[in-house]
Amino acid sequence: MPVIQIVIFIILGVVAVGTAVGMLLSRNAVYAALFLVLNFATIAILYLILGAPFIALAQITVYAGAIMVLFLFVIMLLGVEKLPFKERLRGQRLIAILLGVVFLGETVLYLVYHGQAGQLPAPASIQFVSPADLGHVLFNEYMLPFEVTSVILLVALVGAIVLTHREKSAAAAEQV
Amino acid sequence: MPVTYYLVLSAIMFVLGVVGVVVRRNAIVIFMSLELMFNAANLLFVAFAAYYQIVTGQLFVFFVMTVAAAEVAVGLALMVAIFRAKHSIDVDQMNSLKG
Repeated sequence: MPVIQIVIFIILGVVAVGTAVGMLLSRNAVYAALFLVLNFATIAILYLILGAPFIALAQITVYAGAIMVLFLFVIMLLGVEKLPFKERLRGQRLIAILLGVVFLGETVLYLVYHGQAGQLPAPASIQFVSPADLGHVLFNEYMLPFEVTSVILLVALVGAIVLTHREKSAAAAEQV
Repeated sequence: MPVTYYLVLSAIMFVLGVVGVVVRRNAIVIFMSLELMFNAANLLFVAFAAYYQIVTGQLFVFFVMTVAAAEVAVGLALMVAIFRAKHSIDVDQMNSLKG
């Protein structure tokens, strides 16, 4: 049984990493956005395996749905899907990839040798956290952070409107 | 199955996000790389929530998602404002404070 579990994980992991690499390499920003949607969907399936159905569906609706639609909307509104792929600083890309690989190697070595070596519970014993349980904890223990979140969203809303609002000329404003 | 597998997958995704921020010049793709890093962190939260069998880890993902949504709304609004001033969102062009 664990073999099937690991095979599923590897398939999902390969898709997640592959779509992330595809996002980095695609020249067209629209393709990058679509790769990212696939990546989010894959991660949502992993959340489901880890017993987090509410988070998985929130991932689909909020990330793959709302946020990526906003991205695609802005890309198409501005018409900036294609930008030159050339580098300004000579050798910057090479150094970045090299340092990225070093950073990854360090992290993985640390995780393998010093990280949590524990086993995840078997899939059968991972309890699915129902949205009701989640809501119970959210509104009992995390009431204040929840309210602060609503203020953050309000500030973001006002900020986005202020930033994109075009000042009308005085004459046009008077006519209205 | 060891929880380390999820940690390694998360580390790979995070590093890909960092490399994306450093390498790409399109500001929107840089934003998408940020989202990728958010996702790597969220995966860690959920993996450890399953590992320790506690609900709080999943709640943090919920909060991270809302903050990410706010960040994207403001960031893309900034992008639109910058595009109006400079007619480009190439980050190499954004080298002056005055629009």
